[in-house]
Amino acid sequence: MALLALEFPPISHLIEWPTLFGSGALAVNKVVLLMIVSAVLVFSLYFTAGRRGSLVPSGVQNFAETVVEFVQEGIILQTMGPEGLHFTGFLLTLFSFIFMCNIWGIVPLAQMPVNARMALPAFLAIIVWIVFNFVGIKHQGPGGYFKSMLFPPGVPKALYILVTPIELVSTLIVRPLSLAVRLFANMLAGHLLLVSFAIIATALFKATVVGAALPGALLIALTGFEVLVAVLQAFIFTILAAVYIGGAMHPEH
Amino acid sequence: MALQMLAAQDPGELVAGLTAVGRGIVYGGAAIGPGIGIGIVVGNAITAMARQPESAGMVRTTMFLGIAFTEALALFGFVLAFIISG
Repeated sequence: MALLALEFPPISHLIEWPTLFGSGALAVNKVVLLMIVSAVLVFSLYFTAGRRGSLVPSGVQNFAETVVEFVQEGIILQTMGPEGLHFTGFLLTLFSFIFMCNIWGIVPLAQMPVNARMALPAFLAIIVWIVFNFVGIKHQGPGGYFKSMLFPPGVPKALYILVTPIELVSTLIVRPLSLAVRLFANMLAGHLLLVSFAIIATALFKATVVGAALPGALLIALTGFEVLVAVLQAFIFTILAAVYIGGAMHPEH
Repeated sequence: MALQMLAAQDPGELVAGLTAVGRGIVYGGAAIGPGIGIGIVVGNAITAMARQPESAGMVRTTMFLGIAFTEALALFGFVLAFIISG
């Protein structure tokens, strides 16, 4: 170990960044800066795409329309049906923003997925939690919403002792928690994986140049894999949000 | 024996070592069930797609949903492993 100078830094060194400017709750470090940049990029993409609105799309508009179509046909129509189409704006924003935040993990010089800190996934999950509860109460009324959530029809009466607490915990606590943890843990795991292989490759390169070939090649392959993870996690977060909102709109029969 | 000697000489080292072992056990244990579960989900999805290629799109969406729900358990273990401290 000491021969190869293989020292793995503590986790806090990999995800905690020094403050660039500002202080207290408004302090801006690299992660916050990347988050702001992603928000601006997503906004300007759809702003430039939607400004012209020409009938025959080209350039940026073409690309934006492809993403909108993907969200509408791949996510909304599959899970919520045509009534969910007025959630296109919300889900499209979620998808694009989460993807932009994730992809920073493999962009050279940035190399830090914003969602590898718990703050942003937790915040997004809370927004989804508020939206699906609000939609449920609006569509079914407060009584109907909680009745169909806590007492799903078609269950023998005696089983409600067991089913009701499980449904309460799973809908109101586990849903937002697992949404946030899934996104956070996937991005953190990917980040750590890339860091580990980079450290191993560097240490082997210092010891024997040839030895770095295998971990180096794996590092490149994993970088490609992280692109897939970034898209997939954005997709899964959005589709689960759509499923929760769709489920709140229509009570189970 | 060796553990008792280490505990007498350097208890901090022993705690750090056992914490690392505990983290490994927590994540390893948490990964068993979801590993089997994801295998079942994807295997059955492939069977469905092979039988009815025309419904592949719908099956794929449902498959990702199933993977996401199953995988969450393993990720809870991953996060828990970091939370454990000596």
